[in-house]
Amino acid sequence: MSAPPASTHAARAPMHAIAAWWQAAPFALVFLLFFLVPLGLIAMVSLWNFNEYELIPALTLRNYASMFEGCTQLTDNGDLCVTLSTYLSTLKFCLLVWAITLVLGFAAAYFLAFHVRSTTTQTVLFVMCTVPFWTSNVIRMISWVPLLGRNGLVNQGLIGLGVVNQPVEWLLFSDFSVVLAFVHLYTMFMIVPIFNSMMRIDRALLEAASDAGASGWQTLWNVIVPLCKPGILIGSIFVITIVMGDFVTIGVMGGQQIASVGKIIQVQTSYLQFPLAAANAVILLAVVLMIIWGLTRLVDIRKEL
Amino acid sequence: MSLLRPHHLRDPRPAGFWPLAIVFALFLLFLYGPMITIFVLSFQGPEGGLTFPLRGVSLHWFHKLAEGLGTVDIGAAFRRSLMLGAVVMGFTVVLSVLAGLAFRKKLRGGDALFYIAVASLIMPSIIVSLGIGLQFRLIDNGVKELLGALGAESTLEGYGTALGLLSSALGAHLTWTLPFGLLIMFAVFNRFNPAYEEAARDLGATPWQGFRHVVLPLIGPSIVGVGMFGFTLSWDEIARTSQAIGDVNTLPLELQGLTSTVTTPAIYALGTVTTIVSLLVMAAALGTGALLQRRSIVKKH
Repeated sequence: MSAPPASTHAARAPMHAIAAWWQAAPFALVFLLFFLVPLGLIAMVSLWNFNEYELIPALTLRNYASMFEGCTQLTDNGDLCVTLSTYLSTLKFCLLVWAITLVLGFAAAYFLAFHVRSTTTQTVLFVMCTVPFWTSNVIRMISWVPLLGRNGLVNQGLIGLGVVNQPVEWLLFSDFSVVLAFVHLYTMFMIVPIFNSMMRIDRALLEAASDAGASGWQTLWNVIVPLCKPGILIGSIFVITIVMGDFVTIGVMGGQQIASVGKIIQVQTSYLQFPLAAANAVILLAVVLMIIWGLTRLVDIRKEL
Repeated sequence: MSLLRPHHLRDPRPAGFWPLAIVFALFLLFLYGPMITIFVLSFQGPEGGLTFPLRGVSLHWFHKLAEGLGTVDIGAAFRRSLMLGAVVMGFTVVLSVLAGLAFRKKLRGGDALFYIAVASLIMPSIIVSLGIGLQFRLIDNGVKELLGALGAESTLEGYGTALGLLSSALGAHLTWTLPFGLLIMFAVFNRFNPAYEEAARDLGATPWQGFRHVVLPLIGPSIVGVGMFGFTLSWDEIARTSQAIGDVNTLPLELQGLTSTVTTPAIYALGTVTTIVSLLVMAAALGTGALLQRRSIVKKH
């Protein structure tokens, strides 16, 4: 995932450098206008004041202060303040989904890369893993309703088998269904980069490991996993950033009852409390960047590529 | 290696094949099972509900869908999303190919641009969406003040918002589709043999002729792939659009709203229709890609 080196022959004429800039300019302009400037505005407006009618340019930490109001002590019920408990809940989802998608994605990629021998079968199965990515996430979420609902297939089956007498209530609109939907939606983000890493592994290394007397598990743990680190890292970054900022999946699959950081930002935006939403976004971004930084400390991605 | 050996001499299936094969099969069932369920349930009879059993088979819920759900005009949202998807596809293809070409040359600041695109890809969507929404609200405020200062009262009365499908929503979608487009172009040009272009240049082709008659036919199938990414990602996009759209909604946003209000299989019918559009676009892209590939092979012979 790095820029291809500029071909040397093309760099001969200085005209080319100018032409290259014109060619990249529209692309760069989109990111300037719709990514960098908006991010700058978020940082700026997070320091503004506001009232019910308008945003008031200022330089105040009021919005940040209000986020952490009362966070120095527990509430009367012994709970954490809203901001901290929401972050903890979001981090909990993040950790669960990350662990499950990693194991599942690794297993699927491993099967595809090392056990499927025909290239055609490999391509077909790989494409089958990725097709749902190009279909609607909301559809894929509500497709769990007929299965997990109160009268859904799972409950019908469980009651039919006599396992339970009452329909199980926690299958849908619960933490369980949120995690399930995340895994359903985003395991693909693990499979693709890990599979890509695995396909680059020189098969001779595996034979060498086996010739040197390594067991299957030892080869897996000491040869394949270390060589897959870049893929694992890329997949992890995707999954973690998506879950940290999510409000759609948690909203739909949690029956609009479960809090998340993304949801707070969305609600504040819809009430036009832009400075508060912006302050929340800055903190969220900082948390996400710290997680990514921590991950890249574990794997130096540039060295591995 | 094993691929070169005759079939009967291959090693037996290594240990772990069957357990992993079962895990993989279950994973595919997990991926597709629920979608097949709602596909089946969208043909639920008029008496049927959101879950099994199927009470007859009918197109009843598709007719209901065509009439609109509640206050939502599904047809209009469908056309808006189709239009936006097509525009996003066009921009994604043209800008990604141009940027891909630029990155093959010496591009100062190319690394920074690449990292910005990757950052946009992994940035939590709610942040991008909030930023763009905020940006356009500030533009609105600016425009209104300016109109007020100029004394253009009638224009001021008529001014709504700069937020819209082809302004803020288009930009939000492009921050999501362009990084994919650029990464695909990198993959393409990393494997591209520059000898063809040099041959064209040596034969006196202008840069444009070289691009039009040599490079473009060779990368054609991949460009179709970029187009498919552009359309399908835009067609289903919610998170980045949510705060960056004005008064009108795209189809997935309407759909998201409907999940909490509609309690009939009509919502499954909507799911079936949007999934079919996605699958048709994928099939069209595959078909066009294969066609282009065959044409370029035929030409070579």
